[in-house]
Parts: sequence; structure tokens; C-alpha cells
Amino acid sequence: MFQEDVSIVICGEAGQGIQTVESILIQAVKFGGYHVCSSKEYMSRVRGGENSTEIRVSSKRICAYVNRIDILIAISKGAIDHLKERISNKTIIIGDEETLKHVENENIIKIPFLKIARDIGGPIYANVIAAGAISKILNIDKEIFDECLTSMFARKGKKILNGDLKAGDEGYKVGENILKSDKIKVQIVKDTKIKDELLLDGTEVVGMGCIAGGCRFLACYPMTPSSALQVFIAKYSEEFNIIFEQSEDEISAINMGIGAFYAGARALIATSGSGFALMEEGVGLARINETPIVIYLGQRPGPAVGLPTRTSQEDLDLALYGHGETPKIIFAPGKLEDAFYLSQKAFNIADKYQIPVFILSDQYFADIYYNIPSINLENVKIENHIIKTDENYKRYELTADGISSRGIPGFGDGVVVVDPHEHDEKGHITEDQNLRTKMVEKRLKKLEGIKKDSIPPELIGFSDYNILIIGWGSTYGVIKEALDNLNREDVAFLYFKQVYPLHDSTKKYLDKADKTIIFENNAESQFANLIKLQTDFKIDKNILKYNGRPFSVEEITKSLKNFMEVG
Amino acid sequence: MKPEVFDIEDADIAWCPGCGNFSILSNLKIVLAELEIDPLELVLVSGIGQAGKFPHFLKSHTYNSLHGRALSPATAIKAVNKNLKVIVTTGDGDMYGEGGNHFMHTIRRNPNITCIVHDNMVYGLTKGQASPTTLQGMKTSYQTEGVSEEPFNPLAVAIALDASFVARTFSGDPEHMKKTFKSAINHKGYSLVDVFQPCVTFNKINTYQWFKENTYHLEDSHDPFNKNEAFKRATEKDKYPLGIFYKNNDKKTFEETLKVYTDNELPLYKRQVDMPKLVDLIESRRRL
Ligand SMILES: Cc1ncc(C[n+]2csc(CCOP(=O)(O)OP(=O)(O)O)c2C)c(N)n1
Repeated sequence: MFQEDVSIVICGEAGQGIQTVESILIQAVKFGGYHVCSSKEYMSRVRGGENSTEIRVSSKRICAYVNRIDILIAISKGAIDHLKERISNKTIIIGDEETLKHVENENIIKIPFLKIARDIGGPIYANVIAAGAISKILNIDKEIFDECLTSMFARKGKKILNGDLKAGDEGYKVGENILKSDKIKVQIVKDTKIKDELLLDGTEVVGMGCIAGGCRFLACYPMTPSSALQVFIAKYSEEFNIIFEQSEDEISAINMGIGAFYAGARALIATSGSGFALMEEGVGLARINETPIVIYLGQRPGPAVGLPTRTSQEDLDLALYGHGETPKIIFAPGKLEDAFYLSQKAFNIADKYQIPVFILSDQYFADIYYNIPSINLENVKIENHIIKTDENYKRYELTADGISSRGIPGFGDGVVVVDPHEHDEKGHITEDQNLRTKMVEKRLKKLEGIKKDSIPPELIGFSDYNILIIGWGSTYGVIKEALDNLNREDVAFLYFKQVYPLHDSTKKYLDKADKTIIFENNAESQFANLIKLQTDFKIDKNILKYNGRPFSVEEITKSLKNFMEVG
Repeated sequence: MKPEVFDIEDADIAWCPGCGNFSILSNLKIVLAELEIDPLELVLVSGIGQAGKFPHFLKSHTYNSLHGRALSPATAIKAVNKNLKVIVTTGDGDMYGEGGNHFMHTIRRNPNITCIVHDNMVYGLTKGQASPTTLQGMKTSYQTEGVSEEPFNPLAVAIALDASFVARTFSGDPEHMKKTFKSAINHKGYSLVDVFQPCVTFNKINTYQWFKENTYHLEDSHDPFNKNEAFKRATEKDKYPLGIFYKNNDKKTFEETLKVYTDNELPLYKRQVDMPKLVDLIESRRRL
């Protein structure tokens, strides 16, 4: 019996329609009055293989992946083998009797999904029958499930919609029979208020944040896991006055973006590891010609092609370092609300300091869905940092804070000259050594203001801690849930959403702890190294995972328990 | 308007005495003045190289970009503010070598910009290596046995890609050059002008004299709308024709394909975020 939380995993081959089941079920769960969180893992192929999606249904707010599978919907023959490390003797497996004919396991419930589907009109209905069965098991009203189906399939025409509604009916019957057999029982408390919450994923929240930040231009080249953001912006480009262009390569993409920002259109760049590597020279251009640019870097395991559809936090160093010495800012949102506000802020702050601002994400965070109460737009403002130039305008005027006011061509009476060489205040090429020194110092000077504006890490848990857990970006959800599960008064979690430059309070938080532990999805502990570099604080223990998969709540919990006992 | 409006007082010109770039500079200023183009509405975009320094010597908005990359920012600048006149001026190595991919795809994209390539058939700034347009046999410090590859033919490639305006001129022929620049700048769509330009320091083969002897003007009867004929003329190598080889006036410009201008002519910097619409979008995620 599941009283608080149930983890349902759907697994099948690419092309078998898992995404459809996910889309229907997460909505049905939310409208049914439960908290929901889904995350997925998939292969870099269009057909075949094994992909899976985890949908957690809970009475508590959740935003994390668990290793545990309570109910597995095995759509393909290979599903059980694919997930064998996560299946326990408590996992209930539901699958089609033909597909799983040769699979023996005492916890399998075999259902003639395909046969029922054929009676309705074809095997394509099998997934909806399975979704219906789950919906019934979760005690979700049939009307809600039908509404979800209708919103999903109405545009495909009456015939298909009717077939799907019929499949839903059959699914509910299957679910009822399963419930009668007493093999599964779900009694999770519902809260009807959840119905009205927002259901969003990590990609679209970034996209909405970018729109709120005044994004007007995106040139990009497809690459997982950043393509989803590109698709989002493409979809809404017309509505929100954004120029969207698929460029011939990443080099062109970033050079277009910087050109657009120069001419007054806030521009976004969206890419991933190798694609970003091609952009590095462009980032250098933005840094010396002091043109703002916002870069969404969807991390995946590398180097080079690596694991295209998997997750990692390996590109912090890549974003941080580069040719020459000028400041940057790196955000790494770990929860949906932060992803919105940081993406929005990225444009203002890039514009204010005329520097590249990074939004680091990864496959896990880009694909995670969960419900949140709201996104507050009240304090969201577009700060204007463009000035009208006068005749004597100097693009790189030396100033006390290092910021020279930024004019754009076509607005004012001055010419706006930007340059990738070292330059004088007017933007023309120079090799004067004294001027070079001044210009380097001018650009670095901006770091003082940037530090003042930086976002402090967020302390979660008890403020009177001895043990401090450190995490950044997408590990937020799993660490938070593990911390909640531990329920100890001496432990807290310091979550970093801005990883560079670090806020001044960082050292104070770290020094207060007797013992510190960090979790990172990489092999070199890049963030711990950065903390050492910035604060001279050495974290006691580094738990690193670099197999392309996200941390699970269980893994974190186990590591923490171990750390507290053994150190 | 006087060409002097485009002068920069204390410009520290980095070209060798006798360089073909000087004539391109002075004649472009004359053309811009004749066309009454306000320096405040003009953006010069360049890459890196001796030719890439060009915008530093002509008063206008300037976007000196990276080696090979001029066309990408030029496209974007024009796209976000159609009111600006955008001219790319850069070298043959920059445009056809490092920037080759952008050269091809910008032609396909067809932004309303002019691209002037100072084609001296050599890498000037880095001191005399072969460029994509260096003729076969020329010896350099890198190509010690002489260049073995077939030179890149920018005009033939541009015509094959149906570029909307393709021309070649010669820096030693100011009248022809001015006429060509004028047509190119007035043309709606992407216009390419490859300018033969002697490099007096590193190219001892393709000298003023050589260009004079090895070029001639396309006849007045040449029909620039005939693509096959244009292609044929672009592949001539015994002597190199100068003039407008090809034009296609029927192509939509990149800016004309952009939805942001469907019912709004404002440059993008003047537009506000539609917050109520964004609220609607966010709120829609509460519903099915
Ligand atoms: C990425 C990169 N690679 C190489 C260089 C060095 N570089 C500068 S200009 C140039 C070639 C310039 O030749 P061309 O475009 O023909 O211009 P010219 O100097 O002849 O006018 C090279 C290789 C550079 N600046 N950037």
C-alpha cells in the first residue's frame, strides 16, 4: 500500500510512445490532486533501445528523482532488463501478456493490452489503456482522465480521439481488476488546490524567463540537451517579437548573437558542450568588445560527443575559463522558480556589466517536470542599460566602475565602434602598453560591482548546523529531499544557484560547519575546486557521479548516512 | 554630402604605401557621400586582416569582428534594425577561407547587406601565406614548392548558390569600382563585390600591371539575369572579366522573411516585452 508517495516508471523503446503516456499521466496526476514530478532518461536514437520516464505521485511537494520503482509499466520486452538495477522484489511490473510472454517474475501482472487495443482499432491504443489503468489505480476521477485525453488527442480528429477515449475506458476496467486483485493499493492524500498549480519543465521555465528578460534574438544550432529550449523559443518567437534563426554552425550562432546585442536586441545563445567549444572564440569577442550576451549551456557528458542524451555537471570549467582575462557570471538554477528568475536576471545583468552571463543547465534539469504554486512577475523588470549617444561618444570610456555606457548604432549622434583587438576609448586599435594596462583593469574592475550583485547561496535546513552539504544547480531537488528524510537538527544544505563569482557570504557558511560534503555530477569535483580557489576552503568529502545519470534521493541519503557515521 | 564626413582625423593607417586598400577606402567614401548615406546610419562590419582594419579608417558605426566571422554579425545587425545600412569589408582569406561556411550560408540567407572582399590573393597581415584565391604555382614561406591547389572561385560559387548580386572590380580602376559599389549598395539583397587589389608587399605576381593586363570589362551587352551565362563568364581564367556578372531581383531578403516585421516596422530595440501575454503563457500551464 502506498500512502505517501509512489514511483511509477514507464519503459519502452524509442518510438513506442512513452512521451505520450508521460504527458497524459502527469496532467492526470496533477488534476487528480496529487503532487507530481517526472524525470526521464533516454538513448541517443530515434527507434529501438530502451527509454524510461519516472512519474512520482506524492502527498508532499517533490522535485527529485528516486531510484526506487514501485510500479513499472513495461512496454517493451527489454524494459525489465534495462531497469534491473532499480527493480526490487517489491516492484510491481505491469506489462502486455504477449510482449512479456517469456518473462517470468512473481511480481508481474500480465494484461492483454495489445489484444484489447486491437479490438479498439490498433496496437497504438495500448499505451493509453496502460495509462488509464494507472490512472484508475491512482484513484483519479475518470472525467479528469478523459479531459486529459481530449486535450491531448482532440487535434488529431474525432476518430482517433474516440479510439483513445475508448482505450481509456478499457484502461480503467483493467485498473479496477488490478485493484480487486489486491496486489496494489494507493491511498495518497489528495489536495484539490494542486489542480490549479503550474506544471512546468526545466526547459520551458528557462524559456519563459528569457522572454521576461526581453530576449529578442536567438540564433542556434541543434544539440541535445539545449535543443528543447531552442524549440521553445522558436514556438513563441512570433508571439513575443523574437528573431529565431537556425545558423549554419555554432560559430555563426554566437557571432550573430553578439551582433544582435550590439545593435540593441537582447540575444540568447543555447548550446551544449562541443557546440559551446566552437563558440569559445565568440565568447572572447563579447568579453573584449564588451557586448552583453546570455549563454544557456545545457551540460551533457563529454568530452566531444560523449553521451549525447545523458546528464552531467562537467562544463563548469568550460564556462569559467577561456582566452584572456575579463569577468563573467555563471548561474546554475536547481529549481524551477530559480530557473525563471535567473534567466530573466541574466539579461539585465549581462546588459548592466556588458559581459557574458551563463545559465548552466543539464539534461536532467532540462527534462524534469513538477508542479509549483506560481511564478511571481511583480518584481520582474527590464532594466534599460542603453544610452542615447552624443557626438563625442566613446564606447570604451574609462570610468570609475569599469562600465562605459553602451550606445547602439542608430540611436543618438555618436558612432559606436566596437573592436576585438585591444582598443582605445573610442574603439580603435591600439598597441599602447599603458592603455592596454588601463583597459585590462577597466574590464576587471567590473568584478567589484558584479560581486555586490551576486546571489548568495541558499541555506536549507537548520541554521545551527554542524554538518553542511553543498550542491549546485540541478542536484538541488535530490539533496533537499534526502535532507528532509534525514530530519536531523545538525545538518543543513547550502545550495548554490550562482556558482561564479561566489557571494561573499560563502566563506562564512562554510567556516561554520565542522564537516562538509559536496555532491557533483562530474569526476573532478569542479565546483569544490572553484570554492577552494575562491575561498581557500577545502571541502572534506566529495561524492561524485559521472556515469551520465543523475543522483537519486537514495544515493544521497546513503552517502550522507555514511558520512555522518564514518566521515 | 562630402566624402570628408567619413574621415577619421587621427586615423593611424596600417597599410603599406601603394596598397590597393587606399583606393578602396577613398572611393568608397566618395560613393557613400554620393549616395547620401549618413555615417550614423551606416555600420561597417569587418573580420581580421589588413583589409579587416578598414572600418577603423572610415567614420561610421563599426563592428570589427573576429577572423572570418563578419557576415554573421552583419546579418544580425541588419535583422534587428532594418534602418541601418550594413556593409562588410574584409579580406579574401578572411571571407573565403576562415569564413567560408558563412560565405555560403549568408548567400542562401540573403540579408540586405553588401559584402566587399579585398581580394589580394594572399594573406597580408600574417605575412604572405597563400589564401584561397592565390594562383597555382605561387611560392610563399609556407607553400615553398608553390601553391598546388586550384584557387577558390568566389564568383562562380556565389552564382551557383544564386546570390542576388555578384560583381568583380579592380582597385586600380576607380571609375569602375565606384560604379560597382554604387550598384551593389543600392541592390536589395546580398551583394558580393570581389575587388582585385594588389598587395605590394607579399604578392609579387599579381601586381597593378598584372591586374591591368589580365582583366577586362564585361561587355555592356552582358545580361546579368542570365545565370548560365554569368556562371560561364565567372569561370574565365585566361583573362578575368570585371563588372556585374549576375543579379537576381526576385529573391526575398532575410529581413523580409522575418515575422517580427509582419505588422511592425520598429527596430527591435524599441520594442517592449508583452508582459500580459507572458502572464497568459505562464498561466496556461495551470490548465490542460
Ligand atoms: C582564428 C584566427 N586565426 C588566425 C588568425 C591570424 N590571421 C589574422 S589575419 C589572417 C589572414 C588575413 O588574410 P586576408 O583575409 O586575406 O586579409 P589581408 O591581410 O590580406 O587583407 C590570419 C590568418 C586570427 N586572427 N584568428
